[in-house]
Amino acid sequence: MSDQTVSRRHFLKVSSIAGGGIMFGFHLLTDASPVKHAAGTIFSPNAYVSIDSNGLITLMSPNPEIGQGVKTALPMILAEELEVQWDKVVVEMAPLDQSKYGSQTTGGSGAVRSRFTPIRNAGATARQMMITAAAQQWGANEGDCYAENAFVIHKPSGKKLAYGDLAAKAALLPVPASVKLKDPKDFKIIGTRVHNIDNHKIITGKPLFGIDTRREGMLFAIVARPPAFGKSLKSFDDTETRKVAGVKNVVSVPSRNLVAVLATSTWAAKKGRDVLKVVWEETSKLESTPDHDASFTELLNNYSEKPGRNDGDIDAALNNKDYKIVEAVYETPALSHANMEPLNFFADVKDGKVDLYGPTQVPARLRTEVAKAVGVPETNITLGMPRQGGGFGRKLQPDNGVEAALISQAAKVPIQMLWMREDDMQGDFYRPPSMFKYKAAISPANELVAWHLNAAVLSGGRASNPDGFPAKAVANYRADNHSLKTNIQTGPWRAPTSNSVAFADECFLDELAHQMKKDPVALRLELLEKAKNQPVGKTDGGYDVAKYKSVIDLVTQISGWGKTKKPNVYQGFAAHFSFSTYAAHVAEITKLKDGTFRVTKVYSAVNCGRVVNQSGAETQVEGAIIDGLSHALFSKVTFDKGAVEQTNFHTYKFLRMKDAPIEVIVKFVPSEDAPTGLGEPGLPPMAPAIGNAIFAATGIRYRKLPFEFAKA
Amino acid sequence: MATYKISVNNKLLTVDADPDTPMLWVLRDHLNLVGTKFGCGIAQCGACTVHFNGFAVRSCQLPVSEVKDSKIVTIEGLSAEGTHPVQQAWSEVDVPQCGYCQSGQIMAAAAMLKHNPHPTDEDIDLSISNICRCGTHYRIRKAIHLAASKGGVTK
Ligand code: FES
Ligand code: FES
Repeated sequence: MSDQTVSRRHFLKVSSIAGGGIMFGFHLLTDASPVKHAAGTIFSPNAYVSIDSNGLITLMSPNPEIGQGVKTALPMILAEELEVQWDKVVVEMAPLDQSKYGSQTTGGSGAVRSRFTPIRNAGATARQMMITAAAQQWGANEGDCYAENAFVIHKPSGKKLAYGDLAAKAALLPVPASVKLKDPKDFKIIGTRVHNIDNHKIITGKPLFGIDTRREGMLFAIVARPPAFGKSLKSFDDTETRKVAGVKNVVSVPSRNLVAVLATSTWAAKKGRDVLKVVWEETSKLESTPDHDASFTELLNNYSEKPGRNDGDIDAALNNKDYKIVEAVYETPALSHANMEPLNFFADVKDGKVDLYGPTQVPARLRTEVAKAVGVPETNITLGMPRQGGGFGRKLQPDNGVEAALISQAAKVPIQMLWMREDDMQGDFYRPPSMFKYKAAISPANELVAWHLNAAVLSGGRASNPDGFPAKAVANYRADNHSLKTNIQTGPWRAPTSNSVAFADECFLDELAHQMKKDPVALRLELLEKAKNQPVGKTDGGYDVAKYKSVIDLVTQISGWGKTKKPNVYQGFAAHFSFSTYAAHVAEITKLKDGTFRVTKVYSAVNCGRVVNQSGAETQVEGAIIDGLSHALFSKVTFDKGAVEQTNFHTYKFLRMKDAPIEVIVKFVPSEDAPTGLGEPGLPPMAPAIGNAIFAATGIRYRKLPFEFAKA
Repeated sequence: MATYKISVNNKLLTVDADPDTPMLWVLRDHLNLVGTKFGCGIAQCGACTVHFNGFAVRSCQLPVSEVKDSKIVTIEGLSAEGTHPVQQAWSEVDVPQCGYCQSGQIMAAAAMLKHNPHPTDEDIDLSISNICRCGTHYRIRKAIHLAASKGGVTK
């Protein structure tokens, strides 16, 4: 798609609104969906910009803010094309309205990626119409007018008119068939460094989050849910609960296996829940982690029915007596999302209407599910979204909103349902555990000639991405994926699939490099050369060689890869491509006086297309790096007879300041391409970069997460 | 239920609550001071950090009956307009991501700086143990050094 001209098919609708302003609704092909549309198809609007006669510019932000910076980046994009200051744009969280805004899901690092062109287009169209309105008022040539700082200026005379004064007139104009987007070299806002739009509210403790919702007549609800996967609600006795001061009601929702205690404070509700006597019965198998591991091992003795990719002749290569065969098995555990803000939702179900307010990444799906569960039409449901204390994929599940609505319906009062941390740990949709079995062959010419990855994952999802690097670069390449059925809930977790397979792939590549006595970075560059010059098998999809190489080159340059002379410091390298973005890290670990290791510095190079907000982009990558490190060092979920063994943060551990890197250096490869994802891609290469650094330091290869080397 | 008179943000307030009610919930549910956050309820995450006679404590572990005549300060009372040096440093370094853990982080940092105006990296490692799922640790460290270099914390 051309960066410069927006054609008529991205057409804008302009309608007058009360007060003489204009409202632009933009219907666009989102960059994220390469769907072919028939001529004349009308796309649903996905956001609104309004300018009122006082010059107030409002951007209705269609995607929820979960910490990924979308609420800051989107007004920058609008302001750039509209020629206003970015902090003059008032950002409002759009309510859920699919007919107006299109998909409002936040996930897959897609919010800025998919809104970049649509919002530029809306801003440019608004600017153009302001110019037309002013030129008509002056009887001047449009070519003599330009927009600056929310004014249209007539160059020859120096006359100016404010956007607010032009709004009514602009509202009556026809929409231009196409508008010219700004030349990126004239960008004044996109690519600069601006701060989180909600900073002031956050640092002063304003009620921004779902958990902070307080409404007239509202009760606090704490819920008893099954203590293990495989158990269901049989009966309960609430005699003791009802004696707790502050407890107002106890209701059960058998369809969801829950009993809710409603009280005048969270603490009273929790105390009431703690003395509730619930009988849970076993209704399906109670699974344990060792059983999963044993099943994985068994699955990996065989190929899958249909390989994800199968280039050359893997069997012949792996049986070739002249080749050196290298084998390894890698394992990654289940993980919890553990958003810092525990799940919650406000619901008020009354007179066939539902009022919902709370954190979700899938507002549309949540509303559909609530409509079904409560038995009201979707049109009777309003849903508002606050700023959210983390997403990481957990809120792609609508269970919090559905539970809250059913509880309010049963109790006939407005409620705020809150999950205690223990509830959150037992009720998650976990990052599924995986196992990766590799077999590779090295030829007498010291080249990688065969690569077989046989991978298994618990339920759903894919264990690996068959077209990922080093596919295309190895003559005999096969990827098999297996999935193990389970009654344990699993789901997307920051950078799904990538968050596990990148660890395995990138550590195994490091192993191969050491076997081949090649520098680990040099081996990757050699493979990329092959993928470029003599690609094997299917070449569409997968990764772009030049972009992959761009991050490797940049990170080796900034980290002084292979040249570091710092005493007791060891480097590890890893790279990965996910969500259309390339990331390469060099982790530096330092051997401390007591013989333990600490990750002290991380260098990262990222190619994510054009960077909208430098500060926001850096912080996403820094955060992904530290998050990746934290999980690699400390976190795992294990199951015992369907129950999660890590019930709170004393056993489900996170990194603290004393284990955090002292410095994180993030650099972006300069790019003219449209922005790609940034919330997730920085995470996958982190665990392998550490594993590889540890090998460089100790000669020990850790093939299982979490690492426990720090304690060694 | 019992009645307590407690000092929160330099105001004497009356609360009717069970003696074992953690200050976290007294602040959030009884006094509507929701800047103090719930993360774990077991003294692990620090999202609920407040000042107790000038020291950082985890309010999920502080029963209302233990407060007596001690002085509690929450994020809402750290400064009226976000002008406390730690808050300003947080803004300048652009620390928050989702922002949920940050009031606890700010309260922990402010208490540390009061008692140790020029912390080393090692001091920060030892004093700040709050959890941040978003991974803002690197910027938190920078912001603490910035606040210290600008004269630190006097109040
Ligand atoms: S809620 Fe108090 S430390 Fe986590
Ligand atoms: S900023 Fe999100 S948990 Fe710290």
